[in-house]
Amino acid sequence: MTNIAVVNQIIPFSCVDGPGSRLVIFMQGCNYRCKSCHNPHTIDLCNNCGDCLPSCPTQALSLITSNNKPQVIWNEALCIQCDLCLSACPKQSSPKTQRYSVEQLLTQLRQQVRFLNGITISGGEASLQLPFIFELFSAIKADDELAHLTCMLDSNGSLSINGWKQLLPVLDGAMIDLKSWQQDTHRFITGRGNHRVINAIELLASKGKLHEVRLLHIPGISDFDTEITAVANHLKTLPKKVRIKLNAFQHHGVTGAALNWPTCSEAQIKQLATELTQHGVINIVLPSPYL
Amino acid sequence: MTLLTRLSQITRDVTLSPKQKSNFLALEADSSLPYVEVSEPVRQAMDSGIIGDMFEGHAPFKPRYVLPDYAKYLHQGSEYLELSPAKDLDEALNSLAIIYHHVPSVTNIPVYLGQLDEVLLPFCQGLDTESLYRKLKLFWIMLDRTLPDAFMHVNIGPTDNIVCRTILRIDADLKQIAPNLTFMYDPQVTPDELLQIAASNICECSKPHIANFPMHAKAYDKKGFGIVSCYNSLPLAGGSNTLVRLNLKAVALKAADIADFFENTLPHYCQLTYELINARCKFLHQESNFFNSFLVKEGLIEESRFAPMFGIYGMAEAVNILRGHPELTESNSEKPSPYYGHDRAANELGHQISKALDAIIKSTPVDFGYNERALLHSQGGISLDKDVTPGVRIPYGTEPNPIAHIQALAEHHQYYTSGISDILTIDETIKSNPLAMFQLCKGALSLGFREFTANVASNDLVRITGYMIKLSDIEKFKENGSRTNTTGLGAEAAANTKILLRQPRVIAHELTPSYTD
Repeated sequence: MTNIAVVNQIIPFSCVDGPGSRLVIFMQGCNYRCKSCHNPHTIDLCNNCGDCLPSCPTQALSLITSNNKPQVIWNEALCIQCDLCLSACPKQSSPKTQRYSVEQLLTQLRQQVRFLNGITISGGEASLQLPFIFELFSAIKADDELAHLTCMLDSNGSLSINGWKQLLPVLDGAMIDLKSWQQDTHRFITGRGNHRVINAIELLASKGKLHEVRLLHIPGISDFDTEITAVANHLKTLPKKVRIKLNAFQHHGVTGAALNWPTCSEAQIKQLATELTQHGVINIVLPSPYL
Repeated sequence: MTLLTRLSQITRDVTLSPKQKSNFLALEADSSLPYVEVSEPVRQAMDSGIIGDMFEGHAPFKPRYVLPDYAKYLHQGSEYLELSPAKDLDEALNSLAIIYHHVPSVTNIPVYLGQLDEVLLPFCQGLDTESLYRKLKLFWIMLDRTLPDAFMHVNIGPTDNIVCRTILRIDADLKQIAPNLTFMYDPQVTPDELLQIAASNICECSKPHIANFPMHAKAYDKKGFGIVSCYNSLPLAGGSNTLVRLNLKAVALKAADIADFFENTLPHYCQLTYELINARCKFLHQESNFFNSFLVKEGLIEESRFAPMFGIYGMAEAVNILRGHPELTESNSEKPSPYYGHDRAANELGHQISKALDAIIKSTPVDFGYNERALLHSQGGISLDKDVTPGVRIPYGTEPNPIAHIQALAEHHQYYTSGISDILTIDETIKSNPLAMFQLCKGALSLGFREFTANVASNDLVRITGYMIKLSDIEKFKENGSRTNTTGLGAEAAANTKILLRQPRVIAHELTPSYTD
């Protein structure tokens, strides 16, 4: 019971991360390198180099030595959220992370439990901190006051089947991103193949714990439209209640080469929805509002 | 501008309808009479904007809000209106449509249309669902087109019944401005599934507003209460004779420090507020002859059930001023930690002020009140307010997330018997997730919220202090005028209070029945 989570941000009230109102914990760190990432500063962990310190206009960052190791400390009270430190970071990471114990998160949950239907762990890639998540979800299920909250995971699906099997007893549902259908395309966008993603979707579906599959449509880059038959055939095997959420690629937060990729218009996302529907896919959810 | 010039200008106005012109002409006439007699200190406080009568007029010849006992009226008929007791739903709706035109209020349009499910249920026996839907839908359309004022309020719930469900269905289908709608929620009585329907309606059209039934009911006697206009809770078969409001920001500016505020300034200006309340009530009750009306003679209202509303506003500014942080602007709202709504000590000072007001209200008798008392009210603002936040609300554009918002304000709600108009602005992602709205609402009421009012950011229908207007109408009004009286107020509020520039869209503002060109 000594697990500590590295957290990028906690949103106390979200309507878009699973059913009902949810507290969402965005974990720091991801094993994908998506060119299209909308929050690239959640990918890498801070290496405590301290290069960000001079960028801070309010001296909210300091470098201390702890256990003979350097450590960047972020003082939230002084921070004005200007994000200059994110631009200064040579690793494109963030010094503004916080460490939470399970007990600290339980305390926060208890303070607002009456307003919540559940909790969602997102990221970064949440499943990289699996032992913490398992401990947190187990503790929620064992707490009389919190046990009714649903515990969900928002994931890129890269966790191994064994990992999913460990988590399943305390997991109520998962939202999985499918970034592309073809291996090459998936590897081009994320740096990794998608076998594990497909396996995760199938496993979760078979256990009734797949809440949503998310497709990020990047016109001319992702291949949901060119591989429409194969994609549709796969989605059609899923239980009817699984939401197929279409997301439209935008430039917000994106860095690097993907800024040269075209954004996805409302007409384009509707076109994809229409084609999926024509191929027999049901329960398609469009972006709302369209951003 | 001379009176005659103003009158002349109103008659020639491009956008107002003849009826709206008549109303403004009457208000000008009322305002040209000598004011009810008040002392010099009261006069000075009024002139400097510390206390005010909400433009109710110089000679109050009608109460601000009237809540007739409509059930009694339908049951006994009316000698004055030459109507026999209603025998079926058609007769009941017809009788209601008639009496609404005889119920006065500050806006000349009835602000209370009744606890309509309870009132109409006895007449719905044997009616099938679709007939009921059709009859009530026509009634709903008639109300919106003939009494076009969003202050006009229908109440339903807390019981689960066919009229309540049908009204929720019609309201979501039509998405009209009028009537406004309050759904009473009682966790002991109301099924969750019914509250979920109400929550879905909020996502559709920002109505209904959800009232904490047990909390309101506890404040009144067996005869009950109603929610009227913009979330004022008042005795049924009675109402509010006047609403006088106190500008807490202005009071705080007069105080040397926090101790001076509590010991001297606040009690002093409360005293002046009471003087104005009593002076206005004296005219209404003793000189205007209002209480000779058929509404009294036929037992639909009782003089002893009218209470003055003691309104307050500018709590946020008062707290920030008293704590030495007077300048909360949009540029520093990113880091608003010392400010009201964000800082624990600031919020607690606010709660202390509400508690102090409550103690004054409970211990101060009035000449004409409910159990000889006025009722404390957190006033939702008017369209002429600038740089002062309605009621006890957190300033527009600086609101924290909905949960922190509710937690910051919940403590106030116990004190504001006659209503506290907080509006939660929620971004539009909630539209596809009504379950989240339901849970937020349940959470708020269980934490002691007296009323839950939400506004979804992108809705075409928005609340501007508790009444509904359509965003698209604000634009149109500037061009063409509006058939809806409240859109004029909304347009003025939008221009004066930066409503349309703000975060998710809501606002507050009650009523400015004075003519502005």
